Amino acid sequence: MRRESLQAWLLLLPALVLLVAFTHWPAATTIIDSFYTTPKGSRPPRFVGIENYADLMSDPVFWTALTNNAIYAVWTIPVSVILALVMALAVNTAMPGRALVRMAYFTPTMLPMIAVANIWLFFYTPDYGLFDHILSWFGGGRHNWLGDRATALPAMIAVAVWKEAGFFMIFYLAALQAMPPDLKECAALEGSSRWNFFRRVTIPLLMPTTLFVLVNAVINAFRLVDHVVVMTRGGPDNATTLLLYYIYEAGFRFWDQALAATLTVVLLGLLGLLAWLQFGVLGKRVHYR
Amino acid sequence: MKVSTRFLEIIGAWMLAIIWVLPLLYALWTAFHPGEYATRFSLTAPLTLENFHNAWAAAPFARYFLNTTILVTLILVAQFIICTPAAFAFARMEFAGRNVVFAIMLMQLMIMPDVLLVGNYRSMAKLGLVDTILAIALPYLGSAFGIFLLRQTFLTVPQQLDDAARLEGCTLLGRLWRVYVPLARPTYIAYGLVSVSYHWNNFLWPLVITNSVDTRPLTVGLSVFASTDQGIDWSIITAATLMTSAPLLVAFLLFQRQFVQSFMRAGIR
Repeated sequence: MRRESLQAWLLLLPALVLLVAFTHWPAATTIIDSFYTTPKGSRPPRFVGIENYADLMSDPVFWTALTNNAIYAVWTIPVSVILALVMALAVNTAMPGRALVRMAYFTPTMLPMIAVANIWLFFYTPDYGLFDHILSWFGGGRHNWLGDRATALPAMIAVAVWKEAGFFMIFYLAALQAMPPDLKECAALEGSSRWNFFRRVTIPLLMPTTLFVLVNAVINAFRLVDHVVVMTRGGPDNATTLLLYYIYEAGFRFWDQALAATLTVVLLGLLGLLAWLQFGVLGKRVHYR
Repeated sequence: MKVSTRFLEIIGAWMLAIIWVLPLLYALWTAFHPGEYATRFSLTAPLTLENFHNAWAAAPFARYFLNTTILVTLILVAQFIICTPAAFAFARMEFAGRNVVFAIMLMQLMIMPDVLLVGNYRSMAKLGLVDTILAIALPYLGSAFGIFLLRQTFLTVPQQLDDAARLEGCTLLGRLWRVYVPLARPTYIAYGLVSVSYHWNNFLWPLVITNSVDTRPLTVGLSVFASTDQGIDWSIITAATLMTSAPLLVAFLLFQRQFVQSFMRAGIR
């Protein structure tokens, strides 16, 4: 028994060391750093208690970033998840060109977000871009999609939905294909309408998949800011600054370690809270087979 | 009535598919035609490879391709070697503190290295690894996702096979290598594809930790290229964009079924 214990720990060691060194350790040092000032030149960091957090509370950019991220999440998550379900239902039935349609839905997923951002940057360009082009057919005028505070964030949301929906579709498709076909026959015998079947049988059976997809969608809404870096750099006037982008700016453009650390702690707290909500609250209501 | 709603559904599915590929088709159009046709559609527009040629010449893309290939290979091989024994320990061995360590490990599924830019940058600076390919890879090598996925697969290996190998005098590592790893092959393929596509496309951490041509992966190289040198020559930028995504995209189109099944396998927990 002793020996097996020792062997097990030896097998675990490399993975555990790397995992702790580059996930738990930086998380811990970041929390500590958030209570200190930024070291400047020869001046070492000084303990300031919760001063950084107080500063953050009165930082308007932080509130803008938080609000933006909330709006971004509230739109991208449901829209991409619902679209994914619609796509999966569509390609789960026999129809002409099914393989092509499925490929069309899934392909954006294989592109790097950077590539996606470059392509869409072009669409959003005033005058030349695809959008202004299409609008001009209907008599629309030029519009600076990414330069206008009102349309910049929705433009980011559209990019994220386009990239992610196809990815989530895969998981729904897998779940739909695993559903026993006799359920459908049963429902047909009982004279249940398609909508009823969808609402009473399909949706509940898909709940575990929905939970999985939701977890991923939530993480991505806070983790993926590549398109912001390329398309808007958080502008105009912070209209597209998301939390992680603000962390990147604070840490690597302003070199303000205290601000970056404090922001990271807030983001970690938020992710923890969301994990607890999803697994603790939502997870209990999901019926696994 | 029934037939016509079905017809409408198919039309809807097709419309959505067309909307979904339109951006890509548009990018292909721009990349393969001279600049003046970037926003003008005409059947007589001449096809050209000029844009790709110009993009390739304008930035060290060959080096970026090499860097990304090294990065992706390094991560994949290291992840397999590091995660396999850990997954085996969690799946088939008894030891004190197993559940606690497992829970600690799983925290990484929610708090990913991508978010910990600032802390990891400081660690790399202390280790003297800033601007190295190793530094891009390190935070991802101990992958909770990989360990979890492999553990789930190892749990399905029949215990009798393991016992038989043990009776034959197989050592612990021998059993892992001869019994478990071969049976988990589909999972390795799935995890490999997910890992390669994730790191081929990863951007923010490599952007932060690299600052020279010798270490930059394709994604970072592309963003440097698109933001500085080119002004707004969309044809060239689009060509470069397609060029950098091409290997993965072509691989996907060729092995579509494998990719889709792999993503599904990696997702079903």
